[in-house]
Amino acid sequence: MLMLEKRAQPSKAWVYAAPILAVAITMIVGGAVFAMLGKPPIEAIRTIFYDPIFGDFASYSRPQLLIKAGPLILIAIGLSFGFRAGIWNIGAEGQYIIGAMAAAGTGLAFYPMEARWLIFPLMIIAGLAGGMLWAAIPAFLRIRFKTNEILVSLMLVYVAEAIQASMALNLLRNPDGHGFPGSRNLSQYSSSANLELIANSGIHWGVMAAVTAVVFAYFILARHRFGFDVRLAGQSPRAAGFAGVDAGRLIFICMLISGGLAGAAGMFEIAGPAGRVSIDFNVGYGFTAIIVAFLGRLHPVGILIAGLLMALTYIGGELAQLSLGLPGAAIQLFQGMLLFFLLAVDVMTSYRIRFGKTE
Amino acid sequence: MTDTLLELRGLTKAYPGVVANSDVSFTIGKGEVHALLGENGAGKSTLVKTIYGLVKPDTGKMTLNGTAYEPSEPRAARAAGVAMVFQHFSLFDALDVAENIALGMENPPAMADLAARIREVSEQYGLPLDPDMVVGDLSAGERQRVEIIRCLLQDPKLLIMDEPTSVLTPQEVEILFKTLNILREEGTSILYISHKLEEIRTLCEHATILRHGKVVGNCDPRQTSAREMAEMMVGASLHVPEKAPHEAGEVVLSIRGLSAPAPHQFGTALKNITVDVRAGEVLGIGGVAGNGQDELVAALSGEMKTAAGMVVIDGREIGRLGPNERRAAGLCAAPEERNGHAAAPDMSLTENALMTGAVRKKLVKNGLLDWPAAKVFAEEVIKAFDVRTPGAANTARSLSGGNLQKFVIGREIMQKPRVLVINQPTWGVDASAAASIRQAILDLAVSGTAVVCISQDLDELREISDRFAALNEGKLTPPRPAKGLTIDEIGLMLGGAHDMEVAHVDA
Repeated sequence: MLMLEKRAQPSKAWVYAAPILAVAITMIVGGAVFAMLGKPPIEAIRTIFYDPIFGDFASYSRPQLLIKAGPLILIAIGLSFGFRAGIWNIGAEGQYIIGAMAAAGTGLAFYPMEARWLIFPLMIIAGLAGGMLWAAIPAFLRIRFKTNEILVSLMLVYVAEAIQASMALNLLRNPDGHGFPGSRNLSQYSSSANLELIANSGIHWGVMAAVTAVVFAYFILARHRFGFDVRLAGQSPRAAGFAGVDAGRLIFICMLISGGLAGAAGMFEIAGPAGRVSIDFNVGYGFTAIIVAFLGRLHPVGILIAGLLMALTYIGGELAQLSLGLPGAAIQLFQGMLLFFLLAVDVMTSYRIRFGKTE
Repeated sequence: MTDTLLELRGLTKAYPGVVANSDVSFTIGKGEVHALLGENGAGKSTLVKTIYGLVKPDTGKMTLNGTAYEPSEPRAARAAGVAMVFQHFSLFDALDVAENIALGMENPPAMADLAARIREVSEQYGLPLDPDMVVGDLSAGERQRVEIIRCLLQDPKLLIMDEPTSVLTPQEVEILFKTLNILREEGTSILYISHKLEEIRTLCEHATILRHGKVVGNCDPRQTSAREMAEMMVGASLHVPEKAPHEAGEVVLSIRGLSAPAPHQFGTALKNITVDVRAGEVLGIGGVAGNGQDELVAALSGEMKTAAGMVVIDGREIGRLGPNERRAAGLCAAPEERNGHAAAPDMSLTENALMTGAVRKKLVKNGLLDWPAAKVFAEEVIKAFDVRTPGAANTARSLSGGNLQKFVIGREIMQKPRVLVINQPTWGVDASAAASIRQAILDLAVSGTAVVCISQDLDELREISDRFAALNEGKLTPPRPAKGLTIDEIGLMLGGAHDMEVAHVDA
């Protein structure tokens, strides 16, 4: 019989080997799935993982990599604090939307005033504040009434989507837009545009923010009391109480961090790559960031790598859809597999497999 | 009486890195109460699990009633007539007694019949128990009766009891012993594991002593002194903790009318607890588990907040402060549960040292953690309290229970608190380590700390306390000088007899 035995110490080797092995297994199984769909497996894998960076059209897809990875990393870093502490904010997508709406509203309120030094920072603050506000709702309900933050934060995503549609159709609709839904283009308004900092690199202010968040999160987790409290609360809630961690305060702060960063990601997106408020502005970064957070095993550097990897599979997946005619569902399956295998292989970090009889 | 029920021949069981049992042989006669003695880690549990079919021996044979006995699982052991009462109960709080018992049976009868059977057995053996009671409302002693009756319903030939009296009041122990004597007279054999040697001397007619997995001696406990047995267990002469003579100083900790509602459904409300503890004094608080011990520790450590004036240190009201503010005020605490409460199992010892030492050892500066200093502190604790571990980078989970206990207690003592509150300081720790923990507590008191020691081990409390009080249903009896207090008087205090004179008339 196969048995799992808990290791006395988590294995250091497996901590590093697990993600690599998970990617390898995903490639093998994913390749098999592609083969069953009648597509050349090796070419498909190469199209997904290799071509976006080194292929013939890499000059187009390479900047896309950072544009997509930026918000994923920024949101995932925020989520990782809560996830480590056992606080499950599933509604980053909603916080992302509300942050974007708040930022867009702030920017458009000043239109057409030329004052980038004032308006752009104000929009970032509005984005942060909007996301925080949306995350504060499940946090408050959890602390005050012991509601489940998973459900509340998730349901608020749909509320946020409804608000977004309403904004695109009514309040923020472009007065010069001939009645079409959608706001003015923020990326073409010089006071609000979140432009590329280096031409054709994909690096905009949001990418800078994501890198800063990675560094900052690393420092907080390794060296600051708050990071220690977060880890302690996640591993042993009772021990955290004994150590003097105020559970309610921790829930609130973690929710505000994740909401704020998601809102900021929304701001950078709506002022840059997306450009304007529309009915379908959100594309699921808030949900994908959950996968990125776990794929990066809630570690800042891991999240950085996972965010890039995830963005790669998106871009590579689109490329494979175009050039090989792979169905979109197969690409999603492939991405899901990645998380699935990581979690499966991850068991080896804390457990060892033994063959033998039950004792 | 002299017929052999169970015979063990050369049982050996090795785990990677440790031989748990090595060539263990002894016999248990019919109707015999046989004691199994040994320190933690001596191999008692492995041996008992072997008999109960949970562990398969590498070599060796067992015979039960003259036929070969090789239980492959507990079910087979039970079918052969071997039953066991574990130290930790496996009961569901939310279910009633009969439901809990039915869950442990292969073919439970109809609930009405089962309830009737439970009543019958409980009367027959003098174990009062109402089958309709919800287990969550029962005392530890009553819970144990549920486990015992669950075993007795199977009509066992051999009943194994693992540390049965650790959670009982002296009076409840008496009831239990009466039951065991009835069983003995009916011809049931009992294998009795305990480290309370006086109990073994009154109950058992035979004792087998294990050390490092080997049988190191046999004796008739009725004719061997407790000290001799203890020294056989340890293999060396025992150090008895001593307290240097000194005077109690000024009042450091005042608990004034401390009341608090139960923190959860099966918790205990604290009711108007009032007591002063002086510098250099050890206040021992006895009581059966579940009478408010956890709640009292929480109210003192700051995990549970109360009105400000209910807890006072050096004249300062701290009832509303959190754990770290209280540590700054000089109060350190160590709760009973090590894993997940006093320590975080998956964190390293360095991290666990930081967990409670941050304030008093100044391991956090401007919110930043001083890891090198935390490591030094962890290593100091490891060294001073002889914690067996390869180093401070190891997780708390990798330590044995006794070693982790040494670390947790040592971590608080080394912070030199003004007030130390500890719950069950030597629970699960072997005799020589327990003696050194008790000595450290006494030394700390001599240096001027006010110590509140909550324990269910009455011998421990008698050994270290200056004054003794009992906790009963969230109420604390007035403390009495520990010197000269007899075990009977303690028992009556534990039983909730607040007025001793009246209690004497009753008794």
